[in-house]
Amino acid sequence: MKVLVPVKRVVDYNVKVRVKSDQSGVDIANVKMSMNPFDEIAVEEATRLKEKSVATEVVAVSCGVAQSQETLRTAMAIGADRAILVQTDAELQPLAVAKLLKAVVDKEQPQLVILGKQAIDDDANQTGQMLAALLDWPQATFASKVEVSGDSATVTREIDGGLETVSLKLPAIVTTDLRLNEPRYVTLPNIMKAKKKPLDTTTPEELGVDAAPRLKTLKVSEPPARSAGVMVADVAALVDKLKNEAKVI
Amino acid sequence: MSILVIAEHDKAQLRGATLNAVAAAQKIGGDVHVLVAGQGVQAIADQAAKLAGVGKVLLADGPALAEGLAENVAAQVLAVAQGYGHIVFAATAEGKNVAPRVAAKLDVAQVSDIIAVDSPDTFQRPIYAGNAIATVQSTDAVKVLTVRTTAFDPVAAEGGQASVDAVDAVADSGLSSFVGREVAKSDRPELAGATVVVSGGRGMGSAENFKLLEPLADKLGAALGASRAAVDAGYAPNDWQVGQTGKIVAPQLYIAIGISGAIQHLAGMKDSKVIVAINKDAEAPIFGVADYGLVGDLFQAVPELTNSL
Repeated sequence: MKVLVPVKRVVDYNVKVRVKSDQSGVDIANVKMSMNPFDEIAVEEATRLKEKSVATEVVAVSCGVAQSQETLRTAMAIGADRAILVQTDAELQPLAVAKLLKAVVDKEQPQLVILGKQAIDDDANQTGQMLAALLDWPQATFASKVEVSGDSATVTREIDGGLETVSLKLPAIVTTDLRLNEPRYVTLPNIMKAKKKPLDTTTPEELGVDAAPRLKTLKVSEPPARSAGVMVADVAALVDKLKNEAKVI
Repeated sequence: MSILVIAEHDKAQLRGATLNAVAAAQKIGGDVHVLVAGQGVQAIADQAAKLAGVGKVLLADGPALAEGLAENVAAQVLAVAQGYGHIVFAATAEGKNVAPRVAAKLDVAQVSDIIAVDSPDTFQRPIYAGNAIATVQSTDAVKVLTVRTTAFDPVAAEGGQASVDAVDAVADSGLSSFVGREVAKSDRPELAGATVVVSGGRGMGSAENFKLLEPLADKLGAALGASRAAVDAGYAPNDWQVGQTGKIVAPQLYIAIGISGAIQHLAGMKDSKVIVAINKDAEAPIFGVADYGLVGDLFQAVPELTNSL
């Protein structure tokens, strides 16, 4: 079984982003970029499926600028066998990415696509579901456990208030939640090996996909700042403030 | 044009999130209809019909909809979507699961997690874990939205008298099936809708110590929450997690205990009205957003606070 894992290059989760003064976006020039944390979990899960001999091949795919190659190399250092970059400098929104991924899926014919549940830059949480819709495949979002046997996958999902288990007919789409696994650290020998693995590049035009954005970003602004708080000396002072000043208890 | 709101329910009751979604729909302006999909959910439809500002309730009752599988629910929404200019979901696990599927089938973009409606086609939404607010305009004919529930005050649960129209329920897609559900039982208020939230972090030290928060939560009628670190360490269940990747809360009072205040966590609670932080590290970032901060040992401060209430 072939597993496809889409990965996204995003601003590192430790970076506190700044809004540009002209409100055209956030300033991501010269900030550290890494693989979206949820995608790392997806690559790890696919690699584990391969180690359990459930998957035969793991293909990582990314859509975006040329530097996304680094993200794909990281995916291959974790365990992906090869990679595909859909290269474009244009702004990509989830619907466009889902269409690009559909074109890749049509070519590659994987049985399972594992994506992160959301990217930590646009926080959209859409691409996996949209890809499932475009392919007419079943989906299991926010997965915390995945078991594949025969022609079905049993997935435990994190829902509000607890957990839910669904069974999907393969081929299927799974999106990862935080607790699915703990991604391994990439080792130096594996980074070296990843440099030799194949990385193919294509473009939205070659795939025949119109990737034009549908949402226009009018402006990006700072969230309202909270007014500075006060430090209290002890519990008694805290209770007094909450009762008499904030009046919340 | 009319607006379709997708109701959420647990088979017995309409979920609170639906009331917030209807409120957001009213801000868009237009006739608000509510779709109730499920099996044996006439009572839910009756509850939805009483919501203030709802013009009509569509009731789709069938076995394929019993467990809320995304494939079937999305198909049901699409079956009735004709003629609606906006399709609105609450940004809950359920809404996030289904909405993008609907949007992609309609070949339109989806606007996730809106916190304000500027005009019928322009919305505000947080990006980068709430560190920036994007104002986006949709150029699509149909707007598919998910609504951050804490950003809109719920509509009144009583006062409306909409008609309930039965619609044909879709057949099962055959793509997926429901296996089981484990719902954590709790006597406390639901985290996302609670007026007071008491949250613990890694500083609690153990699952055993986390119980220290229970008497405090009980005295305040609060829901219990946790940081990701506390959840990952196994101190608290998954669904208590407050943050970018967990629940987004905006209670009247949020008490963060033993929580450092990582960006990821702040994204889930910084819209709370009053934030209290108790932490032994005076440099913890949580004090940057707290209205009242107490530097001290939580094992001393929490029992003391509980006793003084």
